Amino acid sequence: MSITLNQDLILLDVEAGSQYELLSIAADNLHKQGFVKDSYREAVIAREKVFATGLPTMNGGGVAIPHTDIEHVEQAAISFCTLKSPVEFVVMGDENSRVSVSMIFMLALKEAHSQIEMLQELMGILQDEEALEYLKGETDKESICRFLQGRLPDVA
Amino acid sequence: MAAGKKVVLVACGTGIATSTVVNKAVEKIAKENNLQVEIIQCKMMEVPGYADRASLLVTTTVVDKDKYSFPIVNGRPFLTGVGKAKAEQEIRDYLAN
Repeated sequence: MSITLNQDLILLDVEAGSQYELLSIAADNLHKQGFVKDSYREAVIAREKVFATGLPTMNGGGVAIPHTDIEHVEQAAISFCTLKSPVEFVVMGDENSRVSVSMIFMLALKEAHSQIEMLQELMGILQDEEALEYLKGETDKESICRFLQGRLPDVA
Repeated sequence: MAAGKKVVLVACGTGIATSTVVNKAVEKIAKENNLQVEIIQCKMMEVPGYADRASLLVTTTVVDKDKYSFPIVNGRPFLTGVGKAKAEQEIRDYLAN
């Protein structure tokens, strides 16, 4: 079962005043494209409040991987968004720390305990400074799309 | 004490995304060090149900350390690479004893 990541799911230079505004924008877009249910937006925001997904990366930056339970998803997809100005996320597993996030991968996953290879490769990107720099600076959605599809197994 | 496999709980908020990656990492550590373990991947809210069997919890979420009698290791280093060697060492130490 492949996971969709197309140009319509790539949002660049998003202007958001807070993490929740960003989550709303990305979730609404996933919904508009038919990948998630009505309930996804509120669920992903609620989940972020309890189980934060901000990840400080090796290069000193921050990436977040918001996601929520599978029942809110229609069809597996990933939305990649970069921000015009970073927004703060709470650090995963550490409610007292904040990280300034400049890009997110919003995951709409459909099956539990699946997509292991994709998730591992996604973490590989988060540990790859060159890849992070590229993703932060690239302005062409088609190139980003090709890059991520090339790196992430089962993503098309 | 019956010699058995140590039970390692690997948990995240949803039990589908980050715990999947951490699960693989723990599996690798166990294999490389010839440690016999049973890994149970679950949601954080399911952890209390396994608490009496567990020897170790590796989690990516916030956790109340006073609530459990077994050691807890933060699994975030396996996602970002930051602090990974230290986290691996902690897991090895807990499982070897």
